[in-house]
Amino acid sequence: MAALDQVQIKKLTKRYGSERALGGVSLELTAGKMCALLGHNGAGKTTLLGILSTLVRQNDGVVSYRSNGNEVTGEAVRREIGMLAHASLCYGELTAHENLELVAGLYGVDGSKAALATLLDRVGLDAKARDRVARTYSRGMLQRLALARALLTRPSLLLLDEPFTGLDRDGALALGEQLGVLRDGGAIVVVVTHDLEAIADRTDHVAILRRGQLVFEDRGSYSYEKLKDLYHSHAN
Amino acid sequence: MSVLRQAARVAWKDLRIELRSREILYTMAFFAGLLVVVYAFAFPRDERAVRGAAPGMLWVAIAFAGTIGLGRAFDRERENDTMRALLLAPVPRLAVFLGKAISIALLVLAVAAVCTPLLVLFLGAPLFTHPGPLVLVILLGVIGFSVVGSVFAATLLKVRSRDVLLPVILYPLLIPLFVAGTKTTMALISTPADFHAVWYWIQFLGIYDAVFLVLSVWTFESLVIE
Repeated sequence: MAALDQVQIKKLTKRYGSERALGGVSLELTAGKMCALLGHNGAGKTTLLGILSTLVRQNDGVVSYRSNGNEVTGEAVRREIGMLAHASLCYGELTAHENLELVAGLYGVDGSKAALATLLDRVGLDAKARDRVARTYSRGMLQRLALARALLTRPSLLLLDEPFTGLDRDGALALGEQLGVLRDGGAIVVVVTHDLEAIADRTDHVAILRRGQLVFEDRGSYSYEKLKDLYHSHAN
Repeated sequence: MSVLRQAARVAWKDLRIELRSREILYTMAFFAGLLVVVYAFAFPRDERAVRGAAPGMLWVAIAFAGTIGLGRAFDRERENDTMRALLLAPVPRLAVFLGKAISIALLVLAVAAVCTPLLVLFLGAPLFTHPGPLVLVILLGVIGFSVVGSVFAATLLKVRSRDVLLPVILYPLLIPLFVAGTKTTMALISTPADFHAVWYWIQFLGIYDAVFLVLSVWTFESLVIE
């Protein structure tokens, strides 16, 4: 396994028919940093995440994934990507254990009962709920399972698309804390969100998109007030 | 080997979900059974007429019930965006395609196993005169249906009008397969059975399956990536 330590995005362009979703976006993501990708709906954030996840093909531009200076491609890249989105990416008719066993099998990681139980303890999924099918879970429980799913594969590139949607305040703050732990563990974390409070003081890198263009980029930690000011002055 | 093992994992996941919910299987089997009942009332129970019509009835039931199952099996992958999770996994995307096709094939085979005896029971169709070749032709037909159907159902997953578009796109491509299935079944139940024709159409089905399997494997990844 080659953990990714750098992702270079160069002049990325994506069009859907005559609509331009991204117009020449360049960005560099590095290990141990959390990048907040901000912007209004339709700014191109989800498209950029889609391209980073290898599930959307760009029309122009290059994304290169690197590990110790070597380029990584194909399945080796996908092995390193973890995804957490508004949708749980979990099967409603399977239990928490069965969902995680499936992922462990597909990724070739330890899917033993003990390993899964430890992971579910870590994300705080109620022990009684683990043998119930996931469609009976509350939104918060489902998001904990989704987080367990993302953590199981020990990703070095974690892509998050509105992960705080539907979570209560405590749930959002707990998730924000987990993301901080991952970032401190050396992962590249990219988070697309409108919930600036949940990511305040955790981001090391802020990028703001407007109508498919990168209109602001800076590295550093940002308080909630500062993030809000930045967002309002650049995203509009 | 890894591709087959991962395909089996994807297929087992689908079957496990289906064994728990039984939603697709019951719907498909009920619909296929209903078609047979309608046929039983709509067609005269004249032996010649039944021999002529029963093969078409069998394959129409397989096609319609199969399409219902196909749509629902891929709809499940939309509910929590799980198709994205499957495509993101570090396994050859061929394994995802094969896994889905295998699980759909097994469901359609189960439906064929229900509606074939029902045709015999309700219409007195002599479908079990040569059970071996009949099983082979149904197997080949179902494989072809599942392979072609899985590619298009996966491609249309994000299209809003997929329920309407799926049969419209799928059926023209499946016409040769259903013609071959019907011709083989007809040759099998004719008196005496025309094994020369049976062998010809079985070869045709084999070639159809091989060609569409290669085409599907070749195009699946480029069709499912936006």
